[in-house]
Amino acid sequence: MTDTPAAKRQRPLSPHLQVYRLPLPALTSIAHRITGVGLTVGTLLLVWWLAAAAAGPEAYATASGFIASPIGLVLMFGWTAALWYHLLNGLRHLIWDGARMLTLGQSYYSAKLVIGGAILATLVTWVAAFAA
Amino acid sequence: MANDTNSFRTPIGRARGLGSAKTGAQAWLGYRIASAALAVLTILFITLVISLIGAPYEQVVATFKQPGPVILTVLFLGFLFHHAAYGMQEVYEDYIHGKLAKVFAIGATKMVALALFLAGAFAVLKIAFGA
Repeated sequence: MTDTPAAKRQRPLSPHLQVYRLPLPALTSIAHRITGVGLTVGTLLLVWWLAAAAAGPEAYATASGFIASPIGLVLMFGWTAALWYHLLNGLRHLIWDGARMLTLGQSYYSAKLVIGGAILATLVTWVAAFAA
Repeated sequence: MANDTNSFRTPIGRARGLGSAKTGAQAWLGYRIASAALAVLTILFITLVISLIGAPYEQVVATFKQPGPVILTVLFLGFLFHHAAYGMQEVYEDYIHGKLAKVFAIGATKMVALALFLAGAFAVLKIAFGA
């Protein structure tokens, strides 16, 4: 009976992720992680841009040319949207860490506020970017 | 850090205040303060980047020869990569269950984050101090 190590033995499992609907607070929670990981990967582009600026005009033209290309613009749009979402939802977490806004109703309310704010901030950023 | 001789608090006071009486609360609070600072730095840095969109190379170089943008960028990079490394650590701690794999992933991420910070900061400082 004790042949198999404890970790390998089949134990009954409680219902897991796939049987639940994802309510909005859960969705905003996992989205915070996903955008965080995405933004971390996106820092490669940022460092490349800075290194290219230091390397000289040709390298800088290559880097800014990539950013201005269709793929680059899609990446930058995703990156700004993820950034604003993660920043605003991060502020939401900081408010929670201060033990405020913790009721279920407030959690839905702040989730909608964060999503709306992220969309608005992304649009403002891109309007500012194209106006520049 | 958790050194008794360096603290004004008694061990029992620390135990009551922090549960485990180790450095968890310090790390937790430090990460939150740093993330609040990063939020401010991020907005300032994005404003700087937007001002450089479509600008000729000479203007980008001229911008990074001024103290303000250089200090802002280096500070931003520091807080950014600190935040990224610790954020990734929290993700690994939740999803990687092998102890060795977890320690390796956290260590590797911190080293890459440090290398990227140094690369970015060096690039900006090279422009700032370059001829």
